[in-house]
Amino acid sequence: MIAAYLLLLVPVVGMLLLSWVNDSHKAGRINIRFNAVALFASLWLAVDVLLEGPILSPTQMLYIDSFNVYLIALTAFVGLTTSIFSGPYMAHEQELGKVGKHRLRLYYTMYQGFMLAMYLVLTTNNMGVMWVAMEGATLATVLLVSLYRTPESVEAAWKYFILCGVGIAQALFGTVLLYFAAEQVHGIQDNALLWTVLHDHASALNPGVMGIAFVFLLVGYGTKIGLVPLHNWLPDAHSEGPTPMSAILSGLLLNDALYAVVRCKMLVDGSLGNHQAGNLMMGFGLLSFLVAVLFLHRQTDIKRLFSYSSIEHMGLMTFAFGIGSPWATFAALFHMTTHSLTKSAIFVTVGYASQLAKSQRMEKIRGLIHTQPAIGWGLLIGTVAIAGFPPFGVFASEFLVLIATMHDYPWLTPLLLFGIGIAFAGLFRKIQPMVFGDIPKGQLPIHANMLPVMIHIGIVLLLGLSIPTFLGHWFNQATQLISGKLPL
Amino acid sequence: MEITQLSHYQQAILLLAALIVLTSFLMLGQSRLLRLVFIFAVQGILLAVTTALAADVLDSPHLYISALLTLSLKGIFIPIMLQRLVISMGLHRDMETLKNPARVMMGGTGLVVFSYYVCLPIVKLSPLITLNTIAISMAVVLLGMLLMITRRQAVAHVVGFMSIENGLFFAAVVSTYGMPMVVELGIAFDVLVAAVLFGVFFFHIRSSIDSLDVDQLNRLNEVEK
Repeated sequence: MIAAYLLLLVPVVGMLLLSWVNDSHKAGRINIRFNAVALFASLWLAVDVLLEGPILSPTQMLYIDSFNVYLIALTAFVGLTTSIFSGPYMAHEQELGKVGKHRLRLYYTMYQGFMLAMYLVLTTNNMGVMWVAMEGATLATVLLVSLYRTPESVEAAWKYFILCGVGIAQALFGTVLLYFAAEQVHGIQDNALLWTVLHDHASALNPGVMGIAFVFLLVGYGTKIGLVPLHNWLPDAHSEGPTPMSAILSGLLLNDALYAVVRCKMLVDGSLGNHQAGNLMMGFGLLSFLVAVLFLHRQTDIKRLFSYSSIEHMGLMTFAFGIGSPWATFAALFHMTTHSLTKSAIFVTVGYASQLAKSQRMEKIRGLIHTQPAIGWGLLIGTVAIAGFPPFGVFASEFLVLIATMHDYPWLTPLLLFGIGIAFAGLFRKIQPMVFGDIPKGQLPIHANMLPVMIHIGIVLLLGLSIPTFLGHWFNQATQLISGKLPL
Repeated sequence: MEITQLSHYQQAILLLAALIVLTSFLMLGQSRLLRLVFIFAVQGILLAVTTALAADVLDSPHLYISALLTLSLKGIFIPIMLQRLVISMGLHRDMETLKNPARVMMGGTGLVVFSYYVCLPIVKLSPLITLNTIAISMAVVLLGMLLMITRRQAVAHVVGFMSIENGLFFAAVVSTYGMPMVVELGIAFDVLVAAVLFGVFFFHIRSSIDSLDVDQLNRLNEVEK
């Protein structure tokens, strides 16, 4: 339990401290240390849960089971590696004159603020607090999207603010309805928004109200996942914000929003006893998946390209959670991990590539592998991994999704295969000239720390070859929690 | 059920619900920004009155804190902040031409009917009053969205956004007697931060496109120009 409190305390202290540090180099190093301590706390928490099972805090405000504990560890890990990347990267941006000292201070403070919001979403047991933290994540990142103050970035941030603000308001309406349904049940008093209490009484909750509530919750949190047709903010925010922001938005925020939806689905399933919530998620997930793969082909900005790829993968995960069978749930949990690791590694590489080419436009980025092999290979391998090639982990998880679909909805498998094929073509058509093309005049290597990328890709490779026992154990337990059965 | 059979409290709540949805319609038809902000303040005050009434009748003291928060945030702080911004940016003289006001109003009416339709399953498990209030609050949420869709002014968007939150609060107060305190405080904090950030954004937008007309925010596009 101490570990959970420590996890929440670290970013708070980090925020307070970093809002006073003016020296941006020092702030970058402090940011890394705070994230390292948070990772330590999350691993401690993971070991606790592994040994003792689910933990409920004495005031019932925090609840940690095998479903969220692995997401907490993942969040802390990606937070740390991205912060290692972000220090030198932001220092370089400062040298280029894109940001000043004060804005960097804001950047580092809000980095910790965002991490706090993410940890709060994951650890809280209260559906209302979950909503507050989710909105907090928007508020923390909205000024970071417009950090460069270009007209494009201000526009992207405004879109992000309005769309996510209105979207997440729907989730609040859903939460109110959830509370309303809970208050009708005997035996629930003032703790009617606690997830554990709701889950225990799920079968007694009124199905009519819960059905309506889930629609609102899905639309609300779905805006944050980037589900089509509420995805418009995502490519803009990813492409105009600083690259470390894109890495943690894609790697963490989307996952955690999906986590919130799945928590709600577990309640609604218990109340409705049918597959209505799952059908909604499958529909939205499949639509997002297909629309995103088609839009991949139209992009000219490298970060927009990969943000559409994020929508595609989030759509696939939503779809898999929607199927709801143990296999599909296992695959979705696995895919959350592999996608988050791969995508943040890609964004780090893309950040370096666009610094190297001094542009984010794909037609300007050429000959990476000749100028700086590390970046070229990083981008190539990252793309191979995200496109779902063996032996990387994304292949394994996508394959599992396909098998699960084949088992329950065979007629949907061609659509998935078609989408994966199109996405593969879209990515490689764009990436190939960037990596292998002729070097433009005057392109010089830059200082790049590829260690985070190598670690991420290494883990994804390892996961593709074999899942370590403790991780498999977590996935199994989480699957049992969500779908009620063990996968095998 | 006859309306006279309801208790005075329920009748008062219904009256307030009607007034709140009326303010939503007034906002929809208002083309002057300062007037819009004023109507928004009235809506916030009505919401605070509802909360205070519920606190008194249901004898739940924590709703008083909620009422106070609503009054100070939605009734006073945010409207005054918006009013100052509008005046300092010289927007109070512009009048936005509303396209098809009649059609927008008809659309709004349609949304209210739609809200009642969606909330029908709820009527089975609770009395008339709950159906009315949940449907009305959903209508306020949808009308807020309609307001945002039909306007081009960033200030009007913020008013629409905040009015959506008013609708949500109304639902929380009337149907469930308020959310738990920690959640209410969290939401109030979020609303406060959002309001301040919106203020910051007005200046950013104005310095980047030299006006607050969000139709001009059109650089990011899927189609190459």
